[in-house]
Amino acid sequence: MKTFTKLGLLTLATCLSFSAHAHRSWMLPSATVLSGDAPWVTVDAAVSNDIFYFEHFPLQIEGVGQPFVRPGAQPPATANGKPAPQPMQRPRANLQIQRPDGSLAQPQFGNIGRYRSTFDVELDQKGTWKLAIANQGLFASYEENGERKRWSGKLEDVKTAIPAKADKLQVTQSSSRMEVFVTSGAPTEQVLTPAGKGLELAPVTHPNDLVHGEAARFVFLLDGKPAANVKVTLIREGIRYRDTLDEIELTTNDQGELSVDWPQAGMYWMEAVSSMPVKDDSPVTQRRDSYTATLEVMAP
Amino acid sequence: MRKLFLPLVLLTASPLLSAAQMDIEVEIPRLEVAEYHRPYVALWLEQDGQHVANLSVWYDIKMKDNEGEKWLKDMRQWWRRSGRTLEFPVDGISAATRAPGVHTLTFSASDEALKGLQAGEFQLLVEAAREVGGRELLRIPLQWPISQQQTGEARGSHELGRVAATLTP
Repeated sequence: MKTFTKLGLLTLATCLSFSAHAHRSWMLPSATVLSGDAPWVTVDAAVSNDIFYFEHFPLQIEGVGQPFVRPGAQPPATANGKPAPQPMQRPRANLQIQRPDGSLAQPQFGNIGRYRSTFDVELDQKGTWKLAIANQGLFASYEENGERKRWSGKLEDVKTAIPAKADKLQVTQSSSRMEVFVTSGAPTEQVLTPAGKGLELAPVTHPNDLVHGEAARFVFLLDGKPAANVKVTLIREGIRYRDTLDEIELTTNDQGELSVDWPQAGMYWMEAVSSMPVKDDSPVTQRRDSYTATLEVMAP
Repeated sequence: MRKLFLPLVLLTASPLLSAAQMDIEVEIPRLEVAEYHRPYVALWLEQDGQHVANLSVWYDIKMKDNEGEKWLKDMRQWWRRSGRTLEFPVDGISAATRAPGVHTLTFSASDEALKGLQAGEFQLLVEAAREVGGRELLRIPLQWPISQQQTGEARGSHELGRVAATLTP
């Protein structure tokens, strides 16, 4: 069971932090621009290969449905006789739903299905809301007697958990943040205040005021400071109905800023990644910070 | 309708101000569709790309719990330019949806909405959005102040018919 948990953690880390492994976590709101007294949004949350298609696993969120158990699942044996990782062992993500005034709301009508989880939010306050899932992790990979090993845990345990004679030791400290913004009435700014930790979006253009035909300007911050040379990828919904991914690849300038020209209206998945070696006396050798957001671009 | 309204405008306008006025005709087309709902319609004025004033917003004002306000955002350009900052209902602006046909609105040049215009070109915008239907936006360029008779018109292709503005000094 303990092995399961560790493997589960590793799977989670892979899903949430290393997009190079194809699986992406995302949340998709039913709307981002809303009118009326107290409108509702319903949100899908999933882990998948292709953006905004439900085809792999539900994104497991604390307080949203029951922990996912695949019907009739038995851990299949792998070649070396060890059970394969089961998604049910993943710790559930902590979702923070922030009202325009900064107070917190709870997800409602949470449900978990085979490929996605869903929850609803009643927008009982006018202004811009933020739905965020933030994670931190520490992962190590090394070779011991020629065998490749992986470990995840806390920084203070690195020295005891990893043998001193480990070869090719790489210790990566990672953070990830996934955000969705929705606005009832006029957009407000309070939820856009950065926390000053990890990679964050400091929008110049409000994330719920994006319109095809108008360039959007965003600043990325790493630990609260402008992050230069951050690679940013944007993918528009509807991949299934076109032949090419049409991703937009951008890099932040020295001020951590970039400008996006939207090729058309629609939902976009945006991912920003900052990766750099760490050269201090801590055991950490590499740092990797990622930020993802689902952005809706309206037609003019 | 216009004949009835004109004397009223003349009576209420201060004699120091001009009796100039703007008449707007909005045609809501009759559509042969299985499920028809009257469109939401917003009429407003812009100058130099900036919103100046709202003239009228037609929406379902009778639904319980103000549920009709839920679709105001479907008039998406008006919503972004102005609607999203308003508290509904808006006095003198909020009005019920209207049936297919030609509807006439008359505004005196001394009306609060027109007072904010600067001399030069301005635009009348009419945006319609229909439940289980489409959305359409029309713009009519006009000149301010009203120094001579002017007319402008635009024709919609699906949610709006002919929209015309007549400015009379």
